[in-house]
Amino acid sequence: MTVHNLYIFDRFGTMLYYSEWNRLKQSGITREEVISNARLLSFLKISIFLIELFLLQEAKLMYGMLFSLKSFVSKISPLDTKDGFLYYKTSKYALHYFETPSGLKFILNTDVNAQHVRELLQQIYSQIYVEYVVKNPVCNMKEPIKSELFKNKLDAFIKQSTVFASKAV
Amino acid sequence: MVIYGVYIVSKSGGLIFNHDHNIPKIETEKTFSFPLDIKLQYENKKVVVSFGQRDGIMVGHVLTAVNGVPVTGRQLDDGRDVFEVLENEELFPVNLKFERPKMTTNEKIFLASMFYPLFAIASQLSPEPRSSGIEVLETDTFKLHCFQTLTGIQKCPSPKQVLGLNLGLE
Repeated sequence: MTVHNLYIFDRFGTMLYYSEWNRLKQSGITREEVISNARLLSFLKISIFLIELFLLQEAKLMYGMLFSLKSFVSKISPLDTKDGFLYYKTSKYALHYFETPSGLKFILNTDVNAQHVRELLQQIYSQIYVEYVVKNPVCNMKEPIKSELFKNKLDAFIKQSTVFASKAV
Repeated sequence: MVIYGVYIVSKSGGLIFNHDHNIPKIETEKTFSFPLDIKLQYENKKVVVSFGQRDGIMVGHVLTAVNGVPVTGRQLDDGRDVFEVLENEELFPVNLKFERPKMTTNEKIFLASMFYPLFAIASQLSPEPRSSGIEVLETDTFKLHCFQTLTGIQKCPSPKQVLGLNLGLE
């Protein structure tokens, strides 16, 4: 099992945070590769700009899809929904969705066999986001998260989780 | 475990077949005293709850009967207007019956064509190369299975009920 990437959106659709662990497809190259190549070629600024642009477009597509998916689910549902959409699976990955009552959205892409990802997302919210962003007076909650502490804690949390750990299978 | 319905969507995204197998009817009946604590609204020729959901009456549910008299449009079957009746304090306590509205054929066609772009974007947003579109979609009330044939016609034998809370059964 493996974790691919995580998106965090606020309730207005702004992408607050993005990070990736085992992502294979990204227009053929990964973020780190571009950065290291860019250092060599001293085109750092241009390359970073291009990555950001690409990410921003992807984030818009992601938010747009989830928005439609949510309305689709609530309309096609035979019963009244409470949490609504939980996850979907394709042949290659599973997208897990968790929304807090305040409209904060956590999206985690994993492989198709991952179990208990919803609990993991809940923990990311209560143990990482609330602890290191909400309780951090320097963080503006309307702007993308730049805190290194948050980044490190999240990375450590994902890496010690069972979903990530059982990658060897 | 139950199958709620089957939808067949063509390559171009249109609904070409639909079968409702077992759609549960959700009805709630409750007696109210004078200042009515739920807000009703008249839209799309139905009297719909717009605010103040309680006791199983949810926002979006439709008023079907007042004191056992069926409601059509915004009129009771005896010719009185629903909103006038509900503003008249003398007629209280009043017994109201609500129902979750059934999907109309138009809504089904609309939703079926909405599924295709979602299916396509899901494969585009994949973190791994060469991913298919949505195969299984789970929510807290149902599970949707989608099978795409080689010729591109999508069949979604959906929504399948989930036993227990979120522990889906295949």
